[in-house]
Amino acid sequence: MSTLTDASVDTISNTSSDHLSGELLEISMGPQHPSTHGVFRMNVTLDGEKVVKLKPVFGYLHRNHEKIAESESYLGCMPYTDRLDYICSITNNWAYALAVETLAGIKVPERAEYLRVITGELTRLQNHAGLIGFLMQDMGASGTPLMYAFREREKILDLFEALTGARMMCNYMRFGGCRCDLPAGWLDGAKKVVDGFPKFLDEFESLLKTNEILMARTQGIGIVTKAQAINAGLSGPMARASGVDYDLRKVDKYGIYDRFNFRVPLGEIGDVYDRYMLRVLEMRESVEILKQAIRDLPEGPIIDPNTKIRGFRPKPGEAYGRIEGPKGELGFYLISDGSPNPYRYRVRPPTLINLTLLEDMCLGHNVADIVIILGSIDIVLGEVDR
Amino acid sequence: MNLEEIKSQIEVRVPGCRLEILPNSSPSGQHSLLVDGEHAFAVASFLRDGASPHFDFCSNVTGIDWPLKDVSTKVKVKKLVDGVEKDVDEVVKSQTGGYLEVVYHLFSIEQREGPVVLRVRTEDRAERVHVPSLTPIWRSAEFQEREIFDLYGVLFDGHPDLRRLLMWEGFVDHPMRRDYVEPDDYEYEPTAHDEVLKRAQAHRPAAEGGL
Repeated sequence: MSTLTDASVDTISNTSSDHLSGELLEISMGPQHPSTHGVFRMNVTLDGEKVVKLKPVFGYLHRNHEKIAESESYLGCMPYTDRLDYICSITNNWAYALAVETLAGIKVPERAEYLRVITGELTRLQNHAGLIGFLMQDMGASGTPLMYAFREREKILDLFEALTGARMMCNYMRFGGCRCDLPAGWLDGAKKVVDGFPKFLDEFESLLKTNEILMARTQGIGIVTKAQAINAGLSGPMARASGVDYDLRKVDKYGIYDRFNFRVPLGEIGDVYDRYMLRVLEMRESVEILKQAIRDLPEGPIIDPNTKIRGFRPKPGEAYGRIEGPKGELGFYLISDGSPNPYRYRVRPPTLINLTLLEDMCLGHNVADIVIILGSIDIVLGEVDR
Repeated sequence: MNLEEIKSQIEVRVPGCRLEILPNSSPSGQHSLLVDGEHAFAVASFLRDGASPHFDFCSNVTGIDWPLKDVSTKVKVKKLVDGVEKDVDEVVKSQTGGYLEVVYHLFSIEQREGPVVLRVRTEDRAERVHVPSLTPIWRSAEFQEREIFDLYGVLFDGHPDLRRLLMWEGFVDHPMRRDYVEPDDYEYEPTAHDEVLKRAQAHRPAAEGGL
């Protein structure tokens, strides 16, 4: 039982603010840490529980992907792109294929474009489902939400396995089209997964949307303003959560995205909650795109017959091709000198650039919030370090 | 949006800057604008704030290595052969490259324009490898310029925190250069054997077992 009078309480609180400022504590978070989603390290300086400085350290998964590609043929680079963001190998293939097609002026047949949209949007669904599962895990909701999310992701990975032979390293696209056509019955299976997906989202949402702990942990944490987001080159859900209306499916209309009816959700505040909610809304839009694409899928060839894939030698020149990957703007910049290998092969990694503002987002927050902020950025170290 | 228009806009607002449009012969048609290092910062800040449209989104920043290369081109020359004027093939030798290049891909979020490809070159590949950093203008260049410094060895003047990004501290040389040779003791196999092991062991002091 406390016997302190009001006056003595006052004295104690005064002393604590004036004289009890302790030493700063430097800790190295990672590279082996469950919340860094890979081998990523942050040198954090703490004043008590508050972050006063945070410097990310990269390179633990660096293998100089870009140098390897300079000694590979254009086709030989394709499987390497799977290993960039190993959660979303199909969209990586797509971005690289699009860059080569821009470089060489290749036309893609209609059916292949539809197949790309279907597999690409399925990739977005499983990426976002996995991400929100991990975000809950980072918040301390151990296991259950992640398992719910992974149950849905598994259904999509089964579809990928039936189509490409691999669950994660799909290597599905080629410049000028896709590698293989749909096996019998695949489309029905995909339709079932897509139709069942909103039910999963509703269920997931009813558990979490108004959860007090979720709101308390995520609202007002790690705010990025619109101006900051544009200047720091943030892209994808990170930028849109801050209110930047920039979705490359609408801006560039690459492939056949101008044919689909879908909306681009935008956030207002740009905190962790907005980033979480935006991904949920994006999944609902992806489901809409998928329904339209599966309905309209035409018959026809799946690869441009005039493109010589083996021994491919584009004319000298350069091209920058980019797509709206699940994590942001994934771009490939290629320079050809007329030889069978690219002279320069550059990956514009969305997650590395989305990390630019990590320190700004974390300053003044608690250590436990770093974990959530990092989780809401959605990084994959295979792509950050290349 | 036309690169010529942007060029003339810049010429009016940034006097004395040397600009050149480098044509791109590929079907992509993404031509680029070469800016001299001295005025690159002024040009970039004009492109972000003054130009129309505003290029507020610097998406991709990357380096390219162009080593010195001998190029011989055949040129038809008129010559007097035995008193008669004839077209004769003559080989003209010249050199290209010998510099590092930094490329910026700029977009406009509001007007949805782009890409405008901005290029800045260093004077050579050895000593004079300075270019101005554009990180104060576009924060998105921060990590990407560090990566170029790390892998190509371009020095960005005015960068707030120019350290290696991917390679470790204390690493010498710049692995993305075309003429990079990996060190002799580079154990590129997880369990080195044969040739690789021999070369690696030659670098170990005798006290540690040596060869």
